Amino acid sequence: MARNGGSRQPDRAAVRLRGVAKRFGAVLANDGVDLDIGRGSVHGIIGENGAGKSTLASIIYGLYAPDGGAVEIDGKAAALRSPADAIARGVGMVHQHFMLVPTFTVLENIMLGMEGGFLLGQGEADIRARLESLSRQHGLEVDPDALVDDLPVGLRQRVEILKALFRGARILILDEPTGVLTPDETDRLFTILRGIRDAGGTVVLITHKLREVMAVCGTVSVMRRGRMVGHRETAETNTAELAELMVGRKVGQAARPSGSAAGTPVLRAAGLTWRSPGGALRLGEVDLELRAGEILAVAGVSGNGQSELLDLLSGLSGVQEGRIEFAGRRIDAAHPATPAEMRALGLAHVPEDRQRRGLVLPFEARENAVLGRPQNAGPGPWTSGAAMLAHTEPLIARFDIRPPEPMLPAAGFSGGNQQKIVLAREFDSAPAVLLLGQPTRGVDIGTIETIHAQVMALKERGCAILLVSTELDEILALADRIMVINGGRVAGTVPAEGATRRQLGLMMTGAAGEAGA
Amino acid sequence: MTGLPRWLDIGVLPLVNLALALLAAAVVVVLVGEDPLHVFAVLLQGAFAPGALGYTLYYATNFIFTGLAAALAFQARLFNIGAEGQAMLGGLGIAFVCLSFETVLPGPLVAVVAIAAAALFGAAWAVVPGWLQAYRGSHIVITTIMFNFLASGLMVWLLSGPIMRPGQGSPQTRLFGEGVWLPAMHDLARGLGFEAARSPLNLSFLFALLACAAVWALIWRTKFGYALRAIGHSEEAARYAGIPVRRAVVVAMALSGAFAGCMALNEILGVQHKLVLNFSAGYGFTGIAVALMGRNHPAGILAASLLFGALFQGGAELNFEFETITHELALVIQGLVILFSGALAYMFTPWLARLLLSRSAARA
Amino acid sequence: MPEVWIDILAVLDGTARLAAPLILCAMAGLVSERSGIVDIGLEGKLLAGAFAAAAVATLTGSPWAGLGASLAASVMLALVHGFACITHRGEQIVSGVAVNILALGMTVVIANALFRHGGHTPALGPGERFSPMALPLSETLREVPVLGSLYAELVSGHNLLVYAAFLSVPLVWWLLWRTRFGLRLRAAGEMPEAVDSAGVSVPALRYRGILIAGLLCGLAGAYLSIAHGAGFVREMSAGKGFLALAALIFGRWKPLPVLFACLLFGLLDTVAPRLQGVDLPLVGPVPVALVSVLPYAMTVVLLAGFFGRAIPPRALGRPFVKEH
Repeated sequence: MARNGGSRQPDRAAVRLRGVAKRFGAVLANDGVDLDIGRGSVHGIIGENGAGKSTLASIIYGLYAPDGGAVEIDGKAAALRSPADAIARGVGMVHQHFMLVPTFTVLENIMLGMEGGFLLGQGEADIRARLESLSRQHGLEVDPDALVDDLPVGLRQRVEILKALFRGARILILDEPTGVLTPDETDRLFTILRGIRDAGGTVVLITHKLREVMAVCGTVSVMRRGRMVGHRETAETNTAELAELMVGRKVGQAARPSGSAAGTPVLRAAGLTWRSPGGALRLGEVDLELRAGEILAVAGVSGNGQSELLDLLSGLSGVQEGRIEFAGRRIDAAHPATPAEMRALGLAHVPEDRQRRGLVLPFEARENAVLGRPQNAGPGPWTSGAAMLAHTEPLIARFDIRPPEPMLPAAGFSGGNQQKIVLAREFDSAPAVLLLGQPTRGVDIGTIETIHAQVMALKERGCAILLVSTELDEILALADRIMVINGGRVAGTVPAEGATRRQLGLMMTGAAGEAGA
Repeated sequence: MTGLPRWLDIGVLPLVNLALALLAAAVVVVLVGEDPLHVFAVLLQGAFAPGALGYTLYYATNFIFTGLAAALAFQARLFNIGAEGQAMLGGLGIAFVCLSFETVLPGPLVAVVAIAAAALFGAAWAVVPGWLQAYRGSHIVITTIMFNFLASGLMVWLLSGPIMRPGQGSPQTRLFGEGVWLPAMHDLARGLGFEAARSPLNLSFLFALLACAAVWALIWRTKFGYALRAIGHSEEAARYAGIPVRRAVVVAMALSGAFAGCMALNEILGVQHKLVLNFSAGYGFTGIAVALMGRNHPAGILAASLLFGALFQGGAELNFEFETITHELALVIQGLVILFSGALAYMFTPWLARLLLSRSAARA
Repeated sequence: MPEVWIDILAVLDGTARLAAPLILCAMAGLVSERSGIVDIGLEGKLLAGAFAAAAVATLTGSPWAGLGASLAASVMLALVHGFACITHRGEQIVSGVAVNILALGMTVVIANALFRHGGHTPALGPGERFSPMALPLSETLREVPVLGSLYAELVSGHNLLVYAAFLSVPLVWWLLWRTRFGLRLRAAGEMPEAVDSAGVSVPALRYRGILIAGLLCGLAGAYLSIAHGAGFVREMSAGKGFLALAALIFGRWKPLPVLFACLLFGLLDTVAPRLQGVDLPLVGPVPVALVSVLPYAMTVVLLAGFFGRAIPPRALGRPFVKEH
């Protein structure tokens, strides 16, 4: 029973924020955020991409100074000017992108910043011993002398957690820690986090995955567009309510479009196997068939071979083993095709990373509108501003790209409108096959609906679409068939009609037996 | 590139950077114990006095070629700091053609072939680092530096042996026949009925102007230029767009080297009329300053070349006027220009943007 | 002593003399580049150091004052480089080019202003420079076969800065691989985000790296003008800074291999003039000019990855920007 009668005792707060604000240029990333995180809890912070979660975490870890508001750690006001300040107050962070030196050993990475003396030799034995006892205590086994470069992702994350604990972290922030993990590794991570909590530590888990919050967090705070919109105990809420808070309105079961009759096969791939330059198997014997007027979705945990598949099909990577048959051409190791050739055959490609790949950000919108299709840029070897303009203006109108300024550099558009430029360009070529990578990642809700409608319209016109998305909701809303991929191999292909999250989730994790498929 | 409006980026920023460089140079002059205003006045007089203009334009010709060479590579984010070596090879190409064919072919024809050879030899010397960067991942900055030294070793060897002027000890070839020389501008002017002061300015200045126009059209009016700019901004996006990045890198380096090689037109075919050691004299590095200050745009490069031409010609005047200040002051200014408009390009950008844009906003 | 042995000793001795400035510059480059800052301004710092040393040694008559000036001049250029590349995240290559050209111009301008001698400094007298020092027992041991002459001719009899050069290699190794500072510095060159996230300042580390590079180049500069030479001559660095850069790459950014690369390049430089007029069977007269550029050719071949690979520090040349 709580002494003060309140549901949360103020003096038990490990982290308390009051009115925290942070602005990046025109964007208010955090807007008057209040937050209490109880000591000895696993607290989730959820929100969509761009809701301001990572910014908030960076403020607690001292990476950014807030423009306004107050931060308290363990009941004391804390002016965090750098991570060093945060570390001194017992805050540790596991970043989404690991902060490890790949050419150093695990031990050297742990020591960095905590060497225990001017000479490395002075502290090493002591550090090694402490590391070993920490590893044992939390079930975080890892070879201290292994080179980080040689470790798989799951182990690297362990090193990150060890690093934070080694620095005396009593408050551990994890930013989207499961994005790169297999379901199995995710489970193990959660066990570790519960262990830290049971030992009296506080864990802050930042994620956009509701199921993870429900699985491991005791309390959860929801962010939307830079604001805190709700705090809940997970025992007293459910995913539907949290989703509603995140999105800002009721999320109904997406209406499944009536599956139109699939047409003839347009593109076939057989036995596609691809290894990274380091020799790691990224794709193993993938077979697939794309049919006209049908959407085949690839579902899987991010990093299970989806990107490699898109690269192979688009011609960006050379086929090593297996073959692709498309528009009467056979593409294999002996007969490679470049991205330009694939486009000429009738392929369009919306890349997963639009900012690095899909657009040349300093180029004007009209220059981006002809990227990959030089024939639209002008006659022969020449480019013509007028020709590009004439090509771009209808696209801007049709896709409602805002602001409607063809001469504005792409960098000047919002994320959603940047994506519309890419989609408009690729859809406009009336492709026979469309590779569609993460079409709505980082795009605001309103635009998502427009994009989905455009995709469906393209499908109605007979285009064969391969959709790669990490959002199961998107896949269930759009796909006709779903191919589940795990560890670079196809775990099974099921019709979307009647597919459930649970079934797909099991297949994605490799837990489904033959019977499940 | 800097997020500034175009007029600021192209029009104002270079002037601010130049002013800063001159200010810093003025500090050096004061430390040496002279009056900076007097020094700059002598510089200007030396550059634009009657009879001096031809020399200014002659220097500018060199800088236009090496500046275009640097800028063309910069467009694809390639640092070609090997213009020195490429220019040397350009000179070598001219010498080979002239020494081999001037007795068998008519002069003007030899000159045309020699011009092509200058471009080709320069291109060849740049293609190797380009190829190594594109296909073997060797860093182009380092390889082009190494190729400068390789070129200079090659020149020393050839000029002190195989192609040395017979019966002479100095490292140079014999004089080419007069038929292959590029006509001097004062001679051309006289032909047209004007009287112009004698200067080393020759026909290659017009070639340099043509090269400016050609580079502008190439970068902003062709698909190849589009590809280069795409590679320069985002290699990943260029690959996605189906641009053959490696091939484009090699071609860009070839063109860059060809322009650097053409610097020898001015020096060897236009002025020296024989191949001499070290005729590139650091002009290849000046090209980097020119390209940076000219914001990689041919018009900017033309303006910056004229400025540096004036600086070098006016600098020569310093030797006569002062005991303490010599023409190396031009080098100091050149270094400062590279520092301010290249390495410190971002220092004043935000400040400038705030200052000028807040004013214009207040006015609006 | 047999004639061949005398020749060998002379060649090795020359190698040590010619390699000394290379070693210092290459170690400078190693520290700077391991911290993530490309240093093609080695040449400029070397030149500025050489001039400052000779000028101040002439004016004061003290080689030690000259050495101090050399260190100061070189460090000042290093700070310009740091200000551009670390504080303002400028392009490191461009900044290096600027440093080189600035040094080229400034040395001659100031030399003219001070001495009116066509950009040279007056020749230094014996007391104004670092002279060769005989190590203890070198005369006594001279008569001991092989080892004695080796000690007397090769080990003993160099000036202070040659010993400093050879000492700099283990020192740099110790500093970078055995101390806290070194661990952090190398991390800043590989993955600066990790250093920042550990609460250590990346700019501060890189500034210190650049300062050390400045000091080492200053030593090399002093060696050129007031130890090996006796006065400053315009452009006296003559590409040694770039040669050191080549050695740094050839030695793959590791102290001991870099030392060997410097010695190899020094050996080539010593041998080349001796080959003048020598006829090799099948080849004919040795093209000496080509022998002297062999180091550059070898570096290119190494860079091309035809034998082994030179992998630079991963964050080399990348300005450190905190996210957002």
